[in-house]
Parts: sequence; structure tokens; C-alpha cells
Amino acid sequence: MFLAIDSSAGTSVALVDSSFGTVVERTSDDTMRHAEVVGALIDEVLRESGATAATLTAVAVGVGPGPFTGLRVGMAAAHAFALASERPLVGVVSHDAVAYEHYSAGGWGELLVTTDARRRELYWSRYDGLDTLGLPSRAEGPALARPDDIPSAARRLDATRVSAGSVGIVAARLRASGRPTPVVPLYLRSPDVTLSTPKRVSR
Amino acid sequence: MTEPLVLGIETSCDETGVGIVRGTTVLANVISSSMDEHARYGGVVPEVAARAHLEAIEPTLKRALAEAGVAFSDLDGLAVTAGPGLSGALMVGIGAAKGLATATGLPLYGVNHLVGHVAADLLHAEGEAAQTLETPTIALLVSGGHTSLLLVRDILDDVVMLGETIDDAAGEAFDKVARLLGLPYPGGPQIDRVASDGDPRAIRFPRGLTKPADLARHRYDFSFSGLKTAVARWVEKERDAEREVPVADVAASFREAVADVLLTKALSACAELCVPRLLMGGGVVANARIRAVAEERCAAAGVALRIPPLALCTDNGAMIAAVGARLMAAGRPSSGLAFGADSTLPVDIVTVDAG
Ligand SMILES: [Zn+2]
Repeated sequence: MFLAIDSSAGTSVALVDSSFGTVVERTSDDTMRHAEVVGALIDEVLRESGATAATLTAVAVGVGPGPFTGLRVGMAAAHAFALASERPLVGVVSHDAVAYEHYSAGGWGELLVTTDARRRELYWSRYDGLDTLGLPSRAEGPALARPDDIPSAARRLDATRVSAGSVGIVAARLRASGRPTPVVPLYLRSPDVTLSTPKRVSR
Repeated sequence: MTEPLVLGIETSCDETGVGIVRGTTVLANVISSSMDEHARYGGVVPEVAARAHLEAIEPTLKRALAEAGVAFSDLDGLAVTAGPGLSGALMVGIGAAKGLATATGLPLYGVNHLVGHVAADLLHAEGEAAQTLETPTIALLVSGGHTSLLLVRDILDDVVMLGETIDDAAGEAFDKVARLLGLPYPGGPQIDRVASDGDPRAIRFPRGLTKPADLARHRYDFSFSGLKTAVARWVEKERDAEREVPVADVAASFREAVADVLLTKALSACAELCVPRLLMGGGVVANARIRAVAEERCAAAGVALRIPPLALCTDNGAMIAAVGARLMAAGRPSSGLAFGADSTLPVDIVTVDAG
């Protein structure tokens, strides 16, 4: 059993069984209230599934890309939950979860996933199908671009929601595969700081 | 009944603090600061601070538990700063606190940062005698993030904001003046260092909001923006005249102006409200001259001065845990899981409500 959290778009929390898939998922699409909702969503998912910290195999977390403030809330919660429940933490690129959903629903071939990066920019990743482990094979990205500069692809999916259930399933497969699952936030932008020199105050 | 064992998380500015207290006894007080990362910008950059909090939160939690020699299963409760502070920074602490609360089932208190600074005075090391917070007291809380004057009649039920800065925090003014004088960040210790050779009476810099007309509206409020501009103008005039800027005198005179206005307002609050106690807190308390002026003037006014040890004056998790422990001991309800960050949380809200 995996507890999965993603706050790269709204806030999504799920309990996932690695063989049976998503058991319970709760998502808030509000992109401004991650800090308010994350606790109650985790609590609801645990209560409804009957799972406890002790029955989990691992905690999975979407590492973005996503707008920073919200992304950090889910990641901070996942770090802390994993620490307190003494479970490993598995990082998943949030776009991989979107692509996984597309392919597992029968989609095939090339796919471009985009999500909102604010400031009139988009995060994007390009996939060319599922690999032998049933994981989306990311050919390019994640990257940041203005809408006009996004590469074209056979299919494009502009996602407004990332499902924690899919994050959990991708995490379970990644963990079984032994591939690295770094828990490093994908901001793809440096912090907005301009080094100003002190201005003259007198003329 | 033994006192509650509480873990507190503080992320309102640039320090990631995790503290563990049993009642008023500090078992651990671990701080990871992103100060060095802000040095090149000359001040705290909110996004840089928030990123650093996310990196530091797990290692800081681990270190605090190890230092206290306790496990999550030993804890009775959790506390986290809900505000005031930088909202993106606060949210990292709140996210982490909710992760801990849902994993452990422990009650979580979202508490007021400024009340945390007041609660710092209750704290003591293991083996040291517990102290009582004598009330009523005036509290002067001065840092890079806030400059506030409070009247505390009861730490859980009666904390009133008398005044606060209407522009820059005092700590910010130190940073800006240090930069102007070509001194590195953070400005407080640098100004303190060079000022030690200077004459505090060399230049008469303005004391913000002390004129009678200002006092009518801003009796206990502070303003440091005009002081900073006055220092800049003075330095520019010297440079324009191609005179060497007497850095030590400028620093000493600036520091004196800050100390003067802080203590004048704090002690007039003591006098006018008949409160013979002053409690100081916040990182600016590290400034030697401000402490000295506080000691001199409090002694002269017959006001009892309390300044907690520096590690408890700067932003830290132990003071947040202390508020949580006090709330638990008083049987107060927890904050639940639905609260968010409130960057301007009023000081009379000691703990945020559920929902
Ligand atoms: Zn503070």
C-alpha cells in the first residue's frame, strides 16, 4: 500500500494498492488552498481505506513541475508523513502520472503533457509510449516554455489535474524496478530576485 | 500529571526551527538558517527562504528528535507557526506539521509567532528551575520580520498589540544601512561591530513617529524608513563633498537612534499603562547597544527587564512548542487540520481555530 500525495496542480491524495490500483482518492482542484486542504485529504483517505501509517509500504509524492508554493506544501507533508511513519519516500515526476493515465486508458504513441506554470508559461513533457515495465517513457522534459514555443506532438494533453492515484501506481512500479526516485522539487525557474544596487535618495 | 511533550515547527522567515519541550523545559531547539543564501541579496528573499525550508525540514526534524532523545510515539502534541510571517515560508511548516499530525494522530496547534516570542521567556534548560511569566508585561519584539510592542496580561487569553512598524522592521533597517555603508548581510552584527569605535552622538538622526503630531496617531507605532533615508542622505552628502564617510560614527549614531526610539516607546508604554515589566525578544536583541540601552533605561525607570537567552530570542521551534504545551496543559482544543497560513495573523489570535 502506498500513500500518494501530489500538489503540483490542485491537491490530490490517494491510497494505492500496487496490485489492485487506486483504493481511495480525494482531490481538491483549488490551486490556492494546498496548505488548508492537504491534512484533511490525507486524513479522509486513510480513514476511508482503513489504512494506517503502519500498514503502508511507502509514501509517494509528485515532485512537480508545478507552481512553487503549492508544490512545496504536498512535498513537505509527504516528507514529514514518511519520517513519522518510518516509511520510504518515493518521488514521481507529476507529468509521468498524467501520461500513465493516458496510456493505461488505451492511449498510445507520442504524447505531449502540459500543465500551467503561471506567468503565461507552461510546463511540458513529451512521451513516446509505455516502456517494458509499463511506465511512461519520457523522451523530453519536463521543461518550461511560453505557449508558442511548446513543441508539437501527435497528441497533446493540457492537464489541469494530477491524480495522486496515478502518482502512487507509477511510484509502486518505479520502486519495484529499482530505478532512482529522487525527491527533489522541479521548480524549473530560479527564484525571482534581482540584485538591486542601493538607489540615491538625494538629488 | 506530567507536562505535555510537544514538538514545535517554526518557518515564518529564514530560520527552519524545530523544538521539543516538556511543558517549559527545552529538550531540543534545532535551527537551520538560510541566512547565508540571502547574503548576496542583502535581505531575506521569500522564495529563497521557502525553498530552503523544504530542504531543511526533514533533517531539522530528525536532529531535534535525536537531540531530545524522543520518538514521535512519545509526543503528546504538535505545534506550528500559522502566522504572521512570509506566507510561502509558513506553508512549508504547515504542510510538514499536517504530515506529522496525520501520520501520528497527534493534536496539532497552529499558533501565533509573536506569542511564541513571549512564551520564550517561560523556557528553561533541563535541570534549571522553571520560571513564571510575570504579568502584566509589555513585550518589545524586534527582528528582521517584525517590530511589535505588545501588552500581555495573559499569554493565552489576553495579548494586545499596542503598536508595530508602519514600514520597515528594525532588523530590515539594520540590513539596509549596513548595505549603504558597504557592510555585509546580516546588518545587525556588522553595525554593532563597527559602531563600537564610533560616537553615538556624532550625528543626530531622526527618531521616527516621536513628534507630538505623530504621537497622536501612532503613540506606540514605529517607523524606520525615514531614518534609513536620512542616513542615506547624510552619507551621500559626505561622498558628494568627497569627504571620507566616518562609518563608525554613522553606524553608532544610527544604532543609537534605533535603540532610543525602541526603548522610549517601550518605556512610555510601561509608564502610561502602569506595567513595571518589559520583556524583549526577536533577533535584534542580539545587538549589544540595544540591550545596554534597555538595561540602563529600565533600571532608571524601575522597570524589571527580561531578555531570554539569545537562542530563544531569535526565531525558533521551542518557543512555538512552548505555546502548544501551554495550550495543551490548559485543555484547549487543537486547531484541527483545516487552517492555512495567515501572513498577517493578529496577535490576539494565539491559536487558530479549527476550520
Ligand atoms: Zn520572530
